[in-house]
Amino acid sequence: MRTLIANIKRKKLVQLISEGKRSDGRDLMEYRPIVIERGIIEKAEGSARVKLGETEVAVGVKIEVERPFEDTPDQGILTVNAELVPLASPTFEPGPPDENAIELARVVDRGIRSAEAIDLKELCIIPGEKVFTVFVDIYVLNHDGNLIDASAMCALAALLDTKMFGYEVKGGEVVIKEDERHPLPIKNHPVSITFAKLGDELVVDPSLEEEQLMDVRLTMTVEDSGKICAIQKGGSGFLTLEEIDKALSVVVDKAEEIRKLVVG
Amino acid sequence: MFLEKRPEKLIDKKGLRTDGRKPDELRPIKFEVGVLGNADGSARVQQGKTIILAAVYGPREVHPRHLALPDRAVLRCRYHMAPFSVSRRKSPAPSRREMELSKVIREALEPAIFLERYPRTSIDLFIEVLQADGGTRCASISVASLALADAGIPMRDLVAACAAGKVDGKLVVDLNDVEDKYGEADVPIAMMVGLNAVTLLQMDGMLDPKEFRTALNMAVEGCRQIYEMQKEALKEKYALIREELEK
Repeated sequence: MRTLIANIKRKKLVQLISEGKRSDGRDLMEYRPIVIERGIIEKAEGSARVKLGETEVAVGVKIEVERPFEDTPDQGILTVNAELVPLASPTFEPGPPDENAIELARVVDRGIRSAEAIDLKELCIIPGEKVFTVFVDIYVLNHDGNLIDASAMCALAALLDTKMFGYEVKGGEVVIKEDERHPLPIKNHPVSITFAKLGDELVVDPSLEEEQLMDVRLTMTVEDSGKICAIQKGGSGFLTLEEIDKALSVVVDKAEEIRKLVVG
Repeated sequence: MFLEKRPEKLIDKKGLRTDGRKPDELRPIKFEVGVLGNADGSARVQQGKTIILAAVYGPREVHPRHLALPDRAVLRCRYHMAPFSVSRRKSPAPSRREMELSKVIREALEPAIFLERYPRTSIDLFIEVLQADGGTRCASISVASLALADAGIPMRDLVAACAAGKVDGKLVVDLNDVEDKYGEADVPIAMMVGLNAVTLLQMDGMLDPKEFRTALNMAVEGCRQIYEMQKEALKEKYALIREELEK
């Protein structure tokens, strides 16, 4: 609900943005400072923490042996889940993932899956019988806007940090060799760029305040060769075709800039 | 139960698709308005083999009450697939996919509705997919928009939705199930055609920016055609009422 105060704030924010300025002093196409740490959880096969301004996200990667899906017997499985844990925001409540958490996980998942970032064929152990499942668990620790980009960056950083176990097959059983570790086969590096529309302008990396007052959100994910691999519009506003085009014209360069930070 | 197999080719030598369509051809679409007795508004669509029912209840009192908004109505949307709608039985419990689709469908329709005219009420939209053969989110939006109009809820415009995508290297419009599953990309959009406003935009798969622009334009053209069919379907309903009255 947009209260009276929110309407006044929004008017001011839209005015400021129409002059090419933002309330925190950033340019319209400028991200907040990004800090990426890898290997923060020893017990996880891979992990990372990303700070995007005051937004903070942790991702842990776990790998387990499971039965493959019937339609992809020779491929490993990727599962992305997001938890909006109550310590991250006064508006988050305990309980099963709500639609926001599910959308967040699915948008991050779509980028990784469409870009074929993980070589799932390499994760097959015995076709039709046993494959590795990669669990990517997104844990939002502090919500200050743009959870999608922070989570996508963090997921990629954690996947790049992931060390798989070596294994051997003995009589149809998989024996894990704990002392033998090798990196997860990563082939592509999808990076998501999120825009918020405020008035007639688009800004990247919306802060929480901007998110609360925006008309609509648009996320585009770009893979290594500059192809778009996922898109998601969010929020109950609309975009014109011109606005979509405008986002498209900056998104590839912006993604390259962020990719350098994440991949290093 | 049977499992479908990937057809060898999604586009044949003549450039036709698995169901014989040209790349820019929509499936046959039939909308019917006012198909359910109890709902305040309802509509049905058959688009190729996809069959979807939409029903609207409201504006009505919000339950539970604390969800009511003092300045406008809440739109609630449930997209749900019948267990028998797909080859393998789908569990009737809402999946994560259905939760996401309920959200994006709601957000595709909200911009069209004058919610501020009905404070402290809810408008409840129920979408049941009876048979799924690809393109269910788009067909759901198109048919839900008709159900809302049928319920007499004031709207800025009808919302029409259509997908475009890439299969076997070719850009095509209105993907069916196999094209969606085995194709290279899928771009579903929804728009208020009269206002040039895109209210749903998603993509999965991979497209370079140039291909994406072309696909987007194809989807927009698809929306235009569906928009005309939606208007015809509404007019048809009122023509029937007039006939009844004149009897």
